[in-house]
Amino acid sequence: MSLLEIKDLSVEFDTVDGAVHAVRGLSYELDAGKALGIVGESGSGKTVSVLTVMGLLAENARVTSGSVTFDGIDLLKATRSQMRAIRGQRISMVFQDPMTALDPVARISKQIGETIEYHDRSATRSQIRKRVIDTLESVGVPDAANRADQYPHQWSGGMRQRAVIAMALINSPDLIVADEPTTALDATVQAQVLEVFRTIRQEHGCSIILISHDLGVVREIADDVLVMYAGAAAEHCPTPEIFGDPRHPYTRALLRARPGWGPRNERLFTIPGRPPDLLKVPPGCPFVARCAESEGLEACRTVVPPLLEIQPGHLAACHRSDELVHIEEEVAS
Amino acid sequence: MTDILSASPTPDAVVADDQSAMTHSPTSLAMRRFWGNLGARFSVFLLAIVILVCLIGPFLLPYGPDEQNLLKSRAAPSAAHWFGTDLLGRDMFARLLAGGRVSLAVGFATAFSALVVGTAIGIAAGRLGGVVDTVLMRITDIFMAIPSILVVIVAGGILGPSIPLLVGLIASFSWPTSARIARSVVLSVRELDYVRAAEAAGTRPATIMLRHLLPSVIPQVTVACALLVASAILQEAALSYLGLGVVPPQASWGNLLQTAQSYTVISSMPWLWVTPGAAIVLTSLSVIFIGDGLRDALDPKATR
Amino acid sequence: MTDNDTEVGPDTDVEIPDLAPRRAATAAPASDVPLLEIKDLKVHIPIRVRMRRALVRAVDGVSFSVHRGRTLGLVGESGCGKTTTARAAMRLVESTDGQILLNGRDITHLKGEQLRSLRKHFQIVFQDPYSALNPRLTVGQIVAEPMQAQGMKPDAIRARTDELLDLVGLQPRHRTAFPHQFSGGQRQRIGTARALATKPDVIILDEPVSALDVSVQAQVVNLFSDLQDELQMGIIFISHDLSVVRHMSDDVAVMYLGLIVEQGEAMTVLTEPLHPYTQALISAAPGRPVDRERIVLTGDVPSPVNPPTGCRFRSRCWRATEICETPPPLAVPEGYSHPVACWHPGPE
Repeated sequence: MSLLEIKDLSVEFDTVDGAVHAVRGLSYELDAGKALGIVGESGSGKTVSVLTVMGLLAENARVTSGSVTFDGIDLLKATRSQMRAIRGQRISMVFQDPMTALDPVARISKQIGETIEYHDRSATRSQIRKRVIDTLESVGVPDAANRADQYPHQWSGGMRQRAVIAMALINSPDLIVADEPTTALDATVQAQVLEVFRTIRQEHGCSIILISHDLGVVREIADDVLVMYAGAAAEHCPTPEIFGDPRHPYTRALLRARPGWGPRNERLFTIPGRPPDLLKVPPGCPFVARCAESEGLEACRTVVPPLLEIQPGHLAACHRSDELVHIEEEVAS
Repeated sequence: MTDILSASPTPDAVVADDQSAMTHSPTSLAMRRFWGNLGARFSVFLLAIVILVCLIGPFLLPYGPDEQNLLKSRAAPSAAHWFGTDLLGRDMFARLLAGGRVSLAVGFATAFSALVVGTAIGIAAGRLGGVVDTVLMRITDIFMAIPSILVVIVAGGILGPSIPLLVGLIASFSWPTSARIARSVVLSVRELDYVRAAEAAGTRPATIMLRHLLPSVIPQVTVACALLVASAILQEAALSYLGLGVVPPQASWGNLLQTAQSYTVISSMPWLWVTPGAAIVLTSLSVIFIGDGLRDALDPKATR
Repeated sequence: MTDNDTEVGPDTDVEIPDLAPRRAATAAPASDVPLLEIKDLKVHIPIRVRMRRALVRAVDGVSFSVHRGRTLGLVGESGCGKTTTARAAMRLVESTDGQILLNGRDITHLKGEQLRSLRKHFQIVFQDPYSALNPRLTVGQIVAEPMQAQGMKPDAIRARTDELLDLVGLQPRHRTAFPHQFSGGQRQRIGTARALATKPDVIILDEPVSALDVSVQAQVVNLFSDLQDELQMGIIFISHDLSVVRHMSDDVAVMYLGLIVEQGEAMTVLTEPLHPYTQALISAAPGRPVDRERIVLTGDVPSPVNPPTGCRFRSRCWRATEICETPPPLAVPEGYSHPVACWHPGPE
């Protein structure tokens, strides 16, 4: 049984202008010990979907259908106190901006220690301190024993993100969700933090969900990649296949739009148009207005393509995914 | 598929393509938000009625506020005198309206002067920075620290009661709030890229001030001033009640309450003090609601 | 180019695919008088650190030049001083030392009206599309501002505004709309239109696409390429994203802690990086097509208030030796063709 199972999840937000369909019929699974990378641009619903898992949705959000099952527990039906017990203990989250994730007026050791205290009342102060320092060392913080008592502003951006990761790791959760954990960091620091995630993968055996708009970041860590577009899944397959054999036009467009990724060209490949308005989602495939491959296929405009397994372990939501195989050779060369 | 490569970049459609009927300027959006706030809207009507009645009413009433008629003194409300008469037989309604003119005038004049002075000082401090900023801010702090009531009392005692003096005195202690707000807005806006861009474009400093800084300062300061109006009305009321503000026979809501210093009046002649009291409370509350409504309407987090 | 996911062979060079031949062929060769040149520019900012006065050496001796029709990429991570350098070059920030030359003329100390009248020659597009446009002004007013500052007449301004909107791919009807009605990518277009209003010789693009989604980035980058082809202005392209810089730039300067550590033609520097920091940067860029052992630097970027003595990179450099305690000069090493500031330059 998978650790996390999301089935046909739909989430709406009530706004002044009506209901925004942020997540529409999303389904995916994550097995224990595996890492899943979720890729998508702003508005794709990637963050909303994990916030739903964590029970951290805003007031005006409504789950209109679907289920979220974690280790057999139905998270959507869980009570607030049940969710509080799960968060930080079995599922923890790493957010994008380490500056705002840490309390500027509390020492780092205290903040990380609180995570332990909240879930284990019986832990003594020295036990807590030892665990905090051990965890900080395991995420690569040098001189952890002395530096742990410093304040966040005394730590650099990369270090702060490590502190946040330590906080997420300290209770040995089954699942860590990281939402754009390296986006706010410089390139060289990004490399360091990705190393940390790699270590976590190898040594702690917990599952990871890594959200990013950058396919390259996801590639470093994830076993599988889920590409989301306009609130639904576009493609879901093992990482090497995303780069070697992409079957959804959006994935392929993303790969090509990145400078330096595909063959050198005079002008960067662009995806014309914009994502659809989630207030009034048009019928058919959400990508149809921008899709280069939908010429002549009526179904693309009228029928929402189902997420089908076109190869073992490789799912794509496109009516033409079979036909895309032979064109793909151009992209890879 | 190669067509995509050679096509020129397609500009994305503007979201508001179909909403061209309404203007989208931030100001009109804020106005719409304000108007949607029912409490604020109601308060605007209420205040408008109060002001209108105070301005026009005296011309329509049969009695002047100073006409004494000792035969009818301390009369309870009746058809002839809607709010009764006071100790000297003067019509309470007329006095209420006359008092309203004074109290409202003091309130608005004070708030306006405080707004102008405070904004000017705040913008100067924020824009010029350095020594000028420090000096101006310390002066502001001093004015905030002085207990204004005492100064007004003493000054009133020495110089004699007069309405312009009253306005001046209350305003002198009310401008620091606007100054601080104006300065903090200038400090935060000053660093924004669009001000940098204006500098980079070669725009003159005075124009930058008017075009980019002032429009951000004014809404925030206006909110503070709405609350200042209420505060000024209350201060005037308190001072006049104590005999230190507006002095009879000139009526003001505050000195109309003076009669309520005697027990007999309070218990047996409620029409003498309930109406002026209610007028003060209602007016202040309306102004405060309007101020709150303005602040919510201008909330930078609101996007629609 | 194949993706060698499974091969982890040993390699000695960081492999970057060739830049498009077009850039070398059609980009104008460096002309004699650079449009904008800075010489040994320094920007030291006094601050208070725990009650004591200290100096942030944000820019500590930077020199480069920008030529007609060519793009200079200014690369580095946060805190390296690239944005401060650009703003100082534009006289938006006061420099402490050094010279700024516009078309050969020294403008370092010009003030007031003289400076304002020169501003039409160089303009800037900012990083954050959400704070770069005054939310209370219409697009037309925003784009008109530089023209008004230069004294153009309203009719001329109006005509040119329409021209500019068209140039950046917007419609004339957008003139009366407000910034909040547009997406991030569109706002960058508006910012670009504003920057082009006075037909500047030099445009500085300060991280213009960092705040945008990948697919929108591509649109905006293409726009800049097209505009440069058409208008032949000099561009300084500031970014921490090497792949975008690689696509746009003819020349490149890599900055670290206020100094340039390597500079030269983009093709050369990015295919044969000689400075260890450049190599680390290239290796750290996620999304590079070739999979290899990534260089992971140790330690953090030191504070610009107290940079290490000698070579500033030595605290994180795997090649550091004793000689690195002396600051290395920016010079062309023997056998190579572009300047590097390193005692041990060379391939990885």
